[in-house]
Amino acid sequence: MAPRIRELRFSLRRIRDSPLSMVGISIILVFAAIALLAPVLAKPNPRDAYSIPKFGFSPTPKPPSENHLFGLTQDQYDIYYGVIWGTRTAFRVSILVVGSALLIGLVIGAIAGYYGGIVDEIFMRITDIFLAFPYIVLIMAFVVAMGASLDSVLKALIIVWWPSYARLIRAEVLSVREEDYVEAAKAVGGSDFRVITRHVIPNSIYPILVMASLDMGAVVLTAAAMSFLGLGAPVGYADWGQLISFSQNWIVGPPGHPFAYWYTVVIPGIFIFFFVLGWSLLGDAFRDILDPKLRRR
Amino acid sequence: MRSYIIRRLLLLIPVLFGIIILTFAILQFFSPVQRAALFVTNPNQFKDINAIIQKYNLNAPVYVQFYSWIGQVLHGNLGWSQFAKLPVTDAIIFFLPATLELFLFAVPLTIFIGIRLGRLSAVHRDKPVDHVTRGLAIAGYSLPTFWLGLMLLMVFYGFFSGLFPPGRLGTAADAFVNSAAFTRYTRINTIDAILNLKPWILIDALRHLILPVITLTVVNIAFVMRIMRSSMLESLGKGYVVTAKAKGLDEKTVMNKHAGRTALIPVITVAGYLVSGLMSGAVITETVFNYKGLGYWSVNAAIQLDIPAVLGFTLFVGTVVVITNLVVDLLYAYVDPRIRLG
Repeated sequence: MAPRIRELRFSLRRIRDSPLSMVGISIILVFAAIALLAPVLAKPNPRDAYSIPKFGFSPTPKPPSENHLFGLTQDQYDIYYGVIWGTRTAFRVSILVVGSALLIGLVIGAIAGYYGGIVDEIFMRITDIFLAFPYIVLIMAFVVAMGASLDSVLKALIIVWWPSYARLIRAEVLSVREEDYVEAAKAVGGSDFRVITRHVIPNSIYPILVMASLDMGAVVLTAAAMSFLGLGAPVGYADWGQLISFSQNWIVGPPGHPFAYWYTVVIPGIFIFFFVLGWSLLGDAFRDILDPKLRRR
Repeated sequence: MRSYIIRRLLLLIPVLFGIIILTFAILQFFSPVQRAALFVTNPNQFKDINAIIQKYNLNAPVYVQFYSWIGQVLHGNLGWSQFAKLPVTDAIIFFLPATLELFLFAVPLTIFIGIRLGRLSAVHRDKPVDHVTRGLAIAGYSLPTFWLGLMLLMVFYGFFSGLFPPGRLGTAADAFVNSAAFTRYTRINTIDAILNLKPWILIDALRHLILPVITLTVVNIAFVMRIMRSSMLESLGKGYVVTAKAKGLDEKTVMNKHAGRTALIPVITVAGYLVSGLMSGAVITETVFNYKGLGYWSVNAAIQLDIPAVLGFTLFVGTVVVITNLVVDLLYAYVDPRIRLG
């Protein structure tokens, strides 16, 4: 175990020394706090916590005020409430999608890489087909097929996202499969399942974690885009992309006040941007720190 | 080389077939009535939808349906797009030039800036320059495309009202382009304007292009930069770079000629992914800027449940990406003998 602990210490030191990753971790912690404290920060709507309360029927947005810290959107939805509870939506979407995609990818990638041959060939050709499409395009097609809703977006994201994990995990498994310690584990009579779960996967997990970190942000970006296009979360649901879609008609203010409705666009966008930025910074720093080719240069 | 090309072309067939199967699988989510629109070639046929369901076996088992559908696809009939009021194939031809025009500017810009930044960042690894360039690239990648577009619209509208309007052309320019005095050779406005020697059309088209091109470029630069950076870092550690330095060559020559050139190869290989990323970006950018290209068409079709348009677009884009990847791989093999012989 000693070398493993030494490597871990080395990694932690590299993380501490890398300013970008520290910024990333701090951003993510702030969002985690917002998500946990959501009921304190914004009293939940008694009807449904994820439905943004409405304060009137006027189509014109209202600027930030004492009662509505970030203002009201078109049709008077409270922006502050929306971004706070939207943080929970963002975490739910990213954890569910990345978790499921990783799990499916892990099973399929490990089987394909470990057994090789015809199984490998079939699985990899299937992933080729999925990877031939730009994400947004394929997700849009699946969402249209399943009916526009946040649930459909989640399912579509998982369907489209798992192949990249399967590919990566397969490649990692292929490279450790021939290592001496795998051979040794087999020689002492370890079952395939044990060899895969105890030796192969733990030794190929780092690049997967890097990808998962980057994807936590990417998934939220894609889901927000779907909501923005009107194919995701329903009107009034606490979701960042959905909040921005309210602002589409209010980009330009009345003559003489071009920035009159800035808060409808800027505030929810800042939340998405920083959420994604946090995960991207972390993933990008991990990539350098954990990449054995660049690690000790 | 010839056997490599033949092998790659043969490998193309199962992937293209897979793309068709996946599209067909998505199609199975819909009811026979909804699916019927995929077999329509002109809107009058909607009056007798049952005849179409009968004729193309839309209630029959899946494999029978697949047979009748693939026959249509191979004949280039992808159905009727209710949103475009055109057959899907014609709609693709109609909207494609606008998207190509976006790519015409966004692709070179993304690649050029991405390579420059990646090299800069690698050469100054772990120095402030590296942190700043990487930070900026990551920030660009983390920007929601639609939000960046809306912000640009807001800022540019606020400060220079009307200078960078949404859409593809202004009203006057649009009327002129569609008049008899103007020949639309390619339907790519900037190129047509040059061919027709009409500078004011060119300027009008460029004014409309600037914001969408900036949006597309900013969100895709990080991708190129990241690959350039890591491949540059790798080649900086190679023996021939150390040798060149040891022989006393100046830093600039070593960076540009020895390390820089080999580092470019991985960037070429990901061009297919770049096309994929730009296409995703175009879907959103075109919608935000009301820029009537393929992306604009597909999103509006998706919202209006124009199923043939959405699936036709999916099939088309998948095919384009696969073929781009093939062309890139062949070029790569042509350049690098290790690939075609390996």
